[in-house]
Amino acid sequence: MRVAGIETEYGIVDPAAPQANPILMSSRLVSACRLWSQGRTAPWDYGGEDPLQDQRGMRRDRATAGADMLTDVHEWDPAHGRISLRRRRGSWEDPAHLNAVLANGARFYVDHAHPEYSGPEVATAREAVLWDRAGDQIALGAAERYAEEEGSRVELYKNNVDGKGASYGTHENFLVRRDLDFDTLARLITSHLVTRQVVVGAGRVGLGQRGEREGFQISQRADYMEAEIGLETTLRRPIVNTRDEPHADRKRWRRLHVIIGDANCMDVPTYLKIGATSLVLSAIEAEDDRLEALVLADPVAAVSAVSHDLALRAELTLASGETATALEIQRALLEIARTYAEDVEDALVLERWEQVLDALGRDIFAAAKDVEWVAKLQLLGRLRDKNATVDSEGVARPLAWSDPRLAALDLQWSRLGDGWATRLRAAGAVTALVTDEEVARAVAAPPASTRAHVRGAFVSRHPDMVDAAGWSTVVLDRETRHGKLEVLHLDDPLQTGHPVLDELDAAT
Amino acid sequence: MPQTHATGQPYEDDAPEPAPAPAKAESTDALDSLLDEIDDSLQTNAEQFVRSFVQKGGQ
Repeated sequence: MRVAGIETEYGIVDPAAPQANPILMSSRLVSACRLWSQGRTAPWDYGGEDPLQDQRGMRRDRATAGADMLTDVHEWDPAHGRISLRRRRGSWEDPAHLNAVLANGARFYVDHAHPEYSGPEVATAREAVLWDRAGDQIALGAAERYAEEEGSRVELYKNNVDGKGASYGTHENFLVRRDLDFDTLARLITSHLVTRQVVVGAGRVGLGQRGEREGFQISQRADYMEAEIGLETTLRRPIVNTRDEPHADRKRWRRLHVIIGDANCMDVPTYLKIGATSLVLSAIEAEDDRLEALVLADPVAAVSAVSHDLALRAELTLASGETATALEIQRALLEIARTYAEDVEDALVLERWEQVLDALGRDIFAAAKDVEWVAKLQLLGRLRDKNATVDSEGVARPLAWSDPRLAALDLQWSRLGDGWATRLRAAGAVTALVTDEEVARAVAAPPASTRAHVRGAFVSRHPDMVDAAGWSTVVLDRETRHGKLEVLHLDDPLQTGHPVLDELDAAT
Repeated sequence: MPQTHATGQPYEDDAPEPAPAPAKAESTDALDSLLDEIDDSLQTNAEQFVRSFVQKGGQ
């Protein structure tokens, strides 16, 4: 596969005080996470972020950028080489941007008004599932500690909408080759991002950004996608986001930042979200000619059309003038992707992808164990039938989609710990790709396959020495002749060791 | 790169499969009792719950 990672912004609620300030709660949750981690944590290194660099080669002028785009307000230190020196600065942390870099290589922090878990870099789809689930457990651990510290409770929701108009993201990141033209990448990946909803959508009660029309749709995020391509992530959200921060050697790599995806509470969608998308990216990197025929005429309109079509029959118009359904486009992408499987992990992704497409093509409910929107729709359907009323003509009328019980089920589906998705899994009604024991290990330790291993090892074994850590840096604060901080550069996401770490481990 | 598309399960040793799914009847029973629980819990507080679930926009 390729290096990838998932970021999740959780919904946050104090059930006893629905008006409580979410920024404050998120900040205290991160503090609680630090306590939960028992000292095995580090602050974030803001030394190298560049959120205004656009993949298309231009830079956004700071003056025209919204305040929420300026994530690099700390100093900028363009450093080169494996280790560079940095002058000391104050250790003040903005409470609204509190961070905890964790022993498993992840970052837990406050993003806007939500707690966010940015999982460590992984190298397989199965690892993505493991460290995504680990994030849920870490967030739950932090919430338990929060209750002890604060004397009040927070509930966390792994979803993307509140039904009142607000949306918050679950982003995927994929490392792609820098020499691939970005416009080509954007044009060719869009068909996959639009049509994969049928496989990876989490399902949503309500149509429109505020749920202004009643009904059910396949994706949480679809109605918030308003542009084909762009730099923004909080308004006029694009299908393809152009932020160009590779967090790696810029000459070799891009990071494709995918913001269209839903938060998933089931394993198979998380697995395919990363695994299938990675294989389609391989086809794009190889400039596979077959992809051009799948380009959509109007991708933004197609996002909602696919999401609102539970029968999976909507015909999407292609740039060629022909039409195809989302399932047909997914099937074509699967066939193309077969050429790019490199190992057993990729082969298993293809097999799972095919199984799910086959099931969806037969009868959507045949996919209820694997596909989240179908599992949710099935449960909603049974609740509607259970509460059906019989009209004057003796015809049973299921519960209307506008009934608040259905909206409540949808929200509670994603609640961490005791949500209905978790309960459904416990009942054996959904496919589990990883075990609880494996997840527990992923809470404590990073993947061995990427540089997250180095970050996690420093944080877990030498936390007192780590001044800060970022995706591509670990900053050490230790006794030296020069008296400065040492910035270790991890520009290769696939590097799994560092000589300084070896020295320190040998000495202790 | 070689084609390694799998049909069947040639790679059992490398990729542990999840625990076998419970028998269908058992799963349906568990689902029924979960549905009863959902139904009970939503009879009283659903509207209030939905109204008070308000989030700020994020990324």
